[in-house]
Amino acid sequence: MTIPFSHMLFIAILLFGMGAACAMTRKNLFMILIGVEIMLNAAGIGFVAASMRWMDMNGQVMTLFVMTVAAAEVAVALALIVCIRRRTGSTNADRFNLLKG
Amino acid sequence: MTILNLIFYVSAAVVLCATALAITRQNVVHAVCYLVISFMGTAVIFYILGAPLLAALEVIIYAGGIMVLFLFVIMMIKDQQSPMDDFSSIRIKKWLPAVILAGVSAIMAGVLVFADPGNRLRPPAVMGTPQEFGRMLFQDYWFPVEIASLLLLAALIGALYLGHRKDIS
Repeated sequence: MTIPFSHMLFIAILLFGMGAACAMTRKNLFMILIGVEIMLNAAGIGFVAASMRWMDMNGQVMTLFVMTVAAAEVAVALALIVCIRRRTGSTNADRFNLLKG
Repeated sequence: MTILNLIFYVSAAVVLCATALAITRQNVVHAVCYLVISFMGTAVIFYILGAPLLAALEVIIYAGGIMVLFLFVIMMIKDQQSPMDDFSSIRIKKWLPAVILAGVSAIMAGVLVFADPGNRLRPPAVMGTPQEFGRMLFQDYWFPVEIASLLLLAALIGALYLGHRKDIS
């Protein structure tokens, strides 16, 4: 009943890379936000794996704070998307390129 | 290969496949549905890695709260002209930051693994019981908890302000 630490980190890094690719390359604001969520989730997996590796609860507590920050970030970001949609009529990130409101 | 190992690798495969499907969808609602599957698999991984409370919170907060919020906003704003992303043309300028980020994290993980190799972990049935977790959270981390509550309050007020329709009032 053994799982190597490297396998857990491998999963976390693959997830992080996928989230980063999604956040960097997509144009839809929702997809950018989803990419950020995937990255935060991958960080959480990494923290829990490290917590297990060193038998220390600090990593798990840190994951709880990551979740809190993710929830707060999503609430504000979705409100911003609604705002942007109201101003430009689209959720394309390239359309929102003016500072003047 | 025990049953816990098997569950870990199966749920890891499910998470990776669901995430890969989620980030390539053109329809945002489909992406969110795949992401819910991904978060459920992550909850299973958390449980196997000895964090049962975090597994429950993952289901409640991520899959139950954040994704429902996503769906609510997507359906509220009724986006007809959603921008189409083409994956056919690979533009190096757009992919470079993601590749660099993934590479840096891979290098860090490699250093971490090869600096102290040969550690095959034995997953405990329960490592961080909710009692232990809560005691640590509210004894050692009471100040970050207060900061997090302030952050959530600020996010609440900010979202309320941004979502407020000004032309009605």
